[in-house]
Amino acid sequence: MADAAALWISGSLAEKIRAHGAETYPHECCGALLGRDSSAVLESDGGKSALRPAREILQLFPLVNRRDDSPRNRFSVTAEDVLTAEKAAREQGLEVVGWYHSHPDHPARPSEYDRDHAWPWYSYIIVSVQNGAPQEMTSWRLNDDRAEFSPEGIEIRHRAAV
Amino acid sequence: MPVKVMIPSPLRPYAGKRDSAEFSARTVGEALGHLTTEFAELRKHLFTEEGKLRSFVNVYVNDEDIRYLAKENTPTKDGDTISIIPSIAGGCISFRHFERSEKSLLALCFGKRKRNLKE
Repeated sequence: MADAAALWISGSLAEKIRAHGAETYPHECCGALLGRDSSAVLESDGGKSALRPAREILQLFPLVNRRDDSPRNRFSVTAEDVLTAEKAAREQGLEVVGWYHSHPDHPARPSEYDRDHAWPWYSYIIVSVQNGAPQEMTSWRLNDDRAEFSPEGIEIRHRAAV
Repeated sequence: MPVKVMIPSPLRPYAGKRDSAEFSARTVGEALGHLTTEFAELRKHLFTEEGKLRSFVNVYVNDEDIRYLAKENTPTKDGDTISIIPSIAGGCISFRHFERSEKSLLALCFGKRKRNLKE
């Protein structure tokens, strides 16, 4: 896996993910994260500067959960939807860098099912929705060996990378 | 002219950051075999431990989904493009837990039915 990168997202986009989770409750919501990777970002911490990789989310592409047989605890994005999201990203000079979904009445932690179906490299944002109200939001990346996810720090920024 | 295999973004870090690779291949399976031989790290993301294509890995020859053709035995000819397209899935209940719950439920129903039969 690449070095642990920060996931930058604006407060309004983070709020849109939460709102999507609340809107589809008790079903799972899902959508694509459009953005880009910044290979290095100058960070200033107490006068010290450091280079750090960051991934910035600049737009969302909400999708319809295709799992109509079990939408409370499963979500599915078809290959056709993936191609549509990729096209939307390309048109804006971005790429699909990850996916978000909600966990109705469950914690914002990836399940075994999430891990089993995950792709590497993508960021997977999960928002927990308890009794219809969005709660904790986390982000994860699958490790190279597929054995587990690593948490990815979400940083709320007004404007992401340079 | 060989067959071109398009590599999706999430797999490019395991394929020398390339977005495509070309191989001489008579079938889709042969092309994917060449791909995972050249880039061995790709194998576990494309195939299960039993060697089957993972359920969320979709493979197209030109615009045709190989599930509706001859799957990995789908023949290819020079100039064809094979695309690997992700589908995305997940959900809040652990698969193993879900399976266990289903088995428990079945056992419970079956047990009750057996008792009913005895009655």
